[in-house]
Amino acid sequence: MSKKVIEVNNLTKKFGSFTAVDRISFDVKEGEIFGFLGANGAGKTTAMQMLCGISMPTAGEGTVAGYDIIKENERIKRNIGYMSQKFSLYEDLKVWENIRLFGGIYGLSDKTIAEKTNELLKQLDFEQERNTLVKYLPLGWKQKLAFSVAIFHEPRIVFLDEPTGGVDPAMRRQFWEMIYDAADRGITVFVTTHYMDEAEYCNRVSIMVDGRIDALDTPAELRRRFSADSMDEVFRQLARKAKRGD
Amino acid sequence: MIEVNDLHKSYGRQGKINALNGISFTVENGEVFGVIGPDGAGKSSLFRILASLILPDSGSAIMNGHDVVKDYRKIRQIIGYMPGRFSLYQDLSVEENLVFFATLFNTTVEENYHLIKDIYQQIEPFKKRRAGALSGGMKQKLALSCALIHKPEILILDEPTTGVDPVSRKEFWDMLGRLKEQGITILVSTAYMDEASRCNRIALIREGEFIASDTPQGIIDDYPEVLWAVEGTGMSALLGELRAHDKVKSSFAFGDKIHITVEKNLQAEELKRYLANKKFNDVRIAPIAPTVEDCFMALTS
Repeated sequence: MSKKVIEVNNLTKKFGSFTAVDRISFDVKEGEIFGFLGANGAGKTTAMQMLCGISMPTAGEGTVAGYDIIKENERIKRNIGYMSQKFSLYEDLKVWENIRLFGGIYGLSDKTIAEKTNELLKQLDFEQERNTLVKYLPLGWKQKLAFSVAIFHEPRIVFLDEPTGGVDPAMRRQFWEMIYDAADRGITVFVTTHYMDEAEYCNRVSIMVDGRIDALDTPAELRRRFSADSMDEVFRQLARKAKRGD
Repeated sequence: MIEVNDLHKSYGRQGKINALNGISFTVENGEVFGVIGPDGAGKSSLFRILASLILPDSGSAIMNGHDVVKDYRKIRQIIGYMPGRFSLYQDLSVEENLVFFATLFNTTVEENYHLIKDIYQQIEPFKKRRAGALSGGMKQKLALSCALIHKPEILILDEPTTGVDPVSRKEFWDMLGRLKEQGITILVSTAYMDEASRCNRIALIREGEFIASDTPQGIIDDYPEVLWAVEGTGMSALLGELRAHDKVKSSFAFGDKIHITVEKNLQAEELKRYLANKKFNDVRIAPIAPTVEDCFMALTS
């Protein structure tokens, strides 16, 4: 039985009379690629903010990377990686400066940062771009770099919020191959996406509807249970039940 | 009708970034024309030129007989433009925004209400709410209502569905279908390849160039490769073995299957035997019709 990197029980978040996240319970195993799906407004972002230690739950409990969501949220922040489509890197810093900055924020030594930077640029075949301002990189490259930076401090788990939005089809797939490599090295990947083909690449998928997790299983099992040909169809069947408007 | 001829646009001090590299196309009246490609391909630059918001370096664009540079005042009357980023007044209410845009174009909400009724009714219960406090989906509906309230001849929508979930995306395209029936010409961009089928014609854009332009079916018919779908367990490892085969030209994950392009002389049985030797015994292989995404990948590989 592999270790659990996320374990939450009845996690709830209310804003006034509105229940954004409604008693969700689930766990994620070490090295797992976990897809976190849901319609706009279903509560994904709020749930993710609680898991990342930046928003306190109204009720419920849980641990992320071994730390308590309520009592040890500062430790959680230090032990996870995070990247999103909207913000990933500083556009006006060079490639190496971004790596230096994030390495420093997570407390790595100058020596470690220097060594790992060389290693990373080589792996990505990025050595030519060391001194390029990030804003001049094509989006697909930027996202690959952002992902590498998000796991630069070797967190136990990385949260990816729509990492491939707008990325070209071939690059999107290369990005997922990087996710697989990270998972093979034991890093747990928690990812949201609006591309339903990408839901298939996850080991397990949860689908949120109106603040609750309405389904959670492997993509194959979900397709079977909903008699659907694709995850797109599964998603449609579930999202159709949503009462809460976006 | 939209007639675009050899548009060029570059940015930066020495013209360092080439956004558009000679784009030409025409859109007929009442057509839904989709410009499809990844972020950074030049979609927004193209649409901003057509909306008369930025100037091209060279080339021309005529919309319903009016030049986007010389006749920019007229252009702004006949188009409705919805930019990629939400750009209504956050501190005005839903209703105030709509009235403001109607007034700006010398009309009233009542006069053209029939055009937006379908869309606006969904947000009307919140008409007193500040636009800034709306959810993403409601902002999108308000922005579309504001772009339509002066009864434009041409609607220009820059990535209206980016970041929108699959169900809401479908609803949005259903709304566009109904607008098209009202005779409005619609120019729309997207990074989602699966939205191609909702357009009459599409252009695939990459690095400032149209790499193909046709009906969605026409693009699919022109697909030059032999395409198979491979299914099996252990997708990641399977992908590796497929790439190692010298008659497999490309292999990419597509949902629960792998799409591969192969040399014409490769037999499916031969590939099955090769995979069986690598301990993949439950593999299914079948020829399939390409999607627009397959076409895009073949054109850009």
